[in-house]
Amino acid sequence: MKLLKYLLVGFLFGIVLTKTEAVSWYRIYEMFHFQSFHMFGIIGTAILTGVIGIQFIKSKKLKDIDGQPIEILDKEDGNLRYWFGGILFGLGWALVGACPGPIFILLGAGFYNVAFVLLGALIGTFLYGLIKDKLPH
Amino acid sequence: MEFITQTWHWSISGFLIGMVMLVLIYFGKTFGMSSNLRSLCAMTGAGRFIPFFDWDWKEQRWNLIVVLGAMIGGFIAVHFLHNATNVTLNPKTIEQLKLLGLEEPNGKLLPNALFNNSSPKIIILLIIGGFLIGFGSRYAGGCTSGHAISGLSNLQVPSLKAVIGFFIGGLIMAHFLLPLIF
Repeated sequence: MKLLKYLLVGFLFGIVLTKTEAVSWYRIYEMFHFQSFHMFGIIGTAILTGVIGIQFIKSKKLKDIDGQPIEILDKEDGNLRYWFGGILFGLGWALVGACPGPIFILLGAGFYNVAFVLLGALIGTFLYGLIKDKLPH
Repeated sequence: MEFITQTWHWSISGFLIGMVMLVLIYFGKTFGMSSNLRSLCAMTGAGRFIPFFDWDWKEQRWNLIVVLGAMIGGFIAVHFLHNATNVTLNPKTIEQLKLLGLEEPNGKLLPNALFNNSSPKIIILLIIGGFLIGFGSRYAGGCTSGHAISGLSNLQVPSLKAVIGFFIGGLIMAHFLLPLIF
């Protein structure tokens, strides 16, 4: 039961991203050519919803489902890791048209070539873990 | 049924994605999909050799369950909630795609030229793309969900840097590299 709620949240996430076509290679291509507002609208509305929600959580000092105070951690300070990592990620995102969420969603939907993308992503994650300490952050 | 099978409006889906993030916060968790890649690496036992993977991935099991749910959601949406009018692109985009030799969607989510193609060139491209996503998201400490949605919603400057980076990389790929590749 404890884990079922995560399955349901994930299920909703998978349906929404597929039905709004955020998992579509075409939509990502269109976004990076500024030929549609669709993807910008999705991301913008999600952030707006999130900003309002988080402000509400913080101002009301809401508690989580277990009654613990909700703590939202700040991201670590840094520069190079965000710029370099971000640019590498963006290159991959626009090439295969899927970020990590959609990779899994598309695989579940039966697009088996996406397994190669997942394989690459695991190799990339693995290599980062291996050489992390040699990289500028 | 048509309001379900048609392309969902950005305002509705954007709102729901924001709510998914907020619900996970209420559950005491953080919305971030690329962490699962690290969990999957750690599950192989890589932590015995690489400290980065030497952490208790079982604490992240909930996130793998979210992924499992998302995969089921994707399956249901593609197989049962599909509509031939899906993925209606800007006509200009379709013209550009033709110049690259990529077919128009006609209701499909993904181009066959990339995702229904077993030529070695395409498979290598998919692996390289995945590699950049996996390496880049861990280097930057998050992906679209962790930085663009979770981070920006919490007004985090590091996330803004990462998201600007996502767009710099994406623009370079979409405008300069894709025409060279295809």
